[in-house]
Amino acid sequence: MKEFRADLHIHTVLSPCGSLEMSPRNIVREALKKKIDIIGITDHNSTRQCRMVALEADKAGLTVYTGVEITTREEVHCLAFFETFDILEQFQEYLDEHLPEIKNDPDRFGYQVVVDENENIVYEEPKLLISGLSNGIDQIGEKVRSLNGLFIPAHVNRPKFSLISQLGFIPPDLKADALELSRHTSKEEFVEQFPYLVRRTFVRGSDAHCPEDIGTAFTRIKMENVSFEEFRLALSGSGGREARL
Amino acid sequence: MKIKDIAEKLNLRIVSGANGLDREVINGYSSDLLSDVMGSAQAGELWITLQTHKNVMAIASLKDLAGIILVKGFKPDPDMEEQSNEEDITVLVTDDDTFTINGKLYKLLKG
Repeated sequence: MKEFRADLHIHTVLSPCGSLEMSPRNIVREALKKKIDIIGITDHNSTRQCRMVALEADKAGLTVYTGVEITTREEVHCLAFFETFDILEQFQEYLDEHLPEIKNDPDRFGYQVVVDENENIVYEEPKLLISGLSNGIDQIGEKVRSLNGLFIPAHVNRPKFSLISQLGFIPPDLKADALELSRHTSKEEFVEQFPYLVRRTFVRGSDAHCPEDIGTAFTRIKMENVSFEEFRLALSGSGGREARL
Repeated sequence: MKIKDIAEKLNLRIVSGANGLDREVINGYSSDLLSDVMGSAQAGELWITLQTHKNVMAIASLKDLAGIILVKGFKPDPDMEEQSNEEDITVLVTDDDTFTINGKLYKLLKG
């Protein structure tokens, strides 16, 4: 069993709020510099930059979990990860179907572009990616599970766009593979406030929007190797594997 | 004023929790952030929202709210509807948006 450092929450240039510096090349370079073993690519409501980052990371021996930060109808942010590009594409279709037809205004919200390994723009997303999907958190969680993905409500302790801010509290029967905490709290502090969540798995990511922030928060994952299946087992605490802050 | 009188006067559809129709409404509260409702709503208030998650019922019950109006024709999620029936807290639906139904309710309760 090995321990890996995983920054599971990183935005790219595709997120309107993501810096133009967040190209696949820069993200990979910065993660390696920060001695991160695994990165999660989680743009707002789009998976379209994942493949480029994964291909670039592959050359450098860095692991990428390809995912997305979904905005639910309740405006709760949730991370989801999928094992293969095929499945990722299926979930992209779901996102395209349920993201409202509101156009992005780059001057107001920022550019939403996909870039290749040479930082050439290959796609510009016309729809505003920070809108909420038309489906609620429970329906979206179900869709993620049906695609064998991992579902992780994001920064649940935060006063904005979190399960707690939008829906008042974390439903005890919530189906989730883990809960993400921001850097503003510790697991101990959080479960002291919400003792019924003590058995949940907690992860942390940097929520980086610019290269400097990559790796400033991460999860330590003990598992056999970096495969998606091992990650799943680690989140469930199976066979001595674990994810901790 | 009772929930059933408000439902009738404002032409609201009763979706679930019909056993709660006799609850007395003392005021209204409008918010879509459940954390805000948990912190600020008062017992006996009628809650106007577009949220349809089952947490709505948990908070309505915790705060002893008189009932819920869903705006813009939104329907409660199945488990929210179920819990409304269990808790006897009525869920009403209007096609109006929040501003419009707020105005109507305000006029009715305070006008």
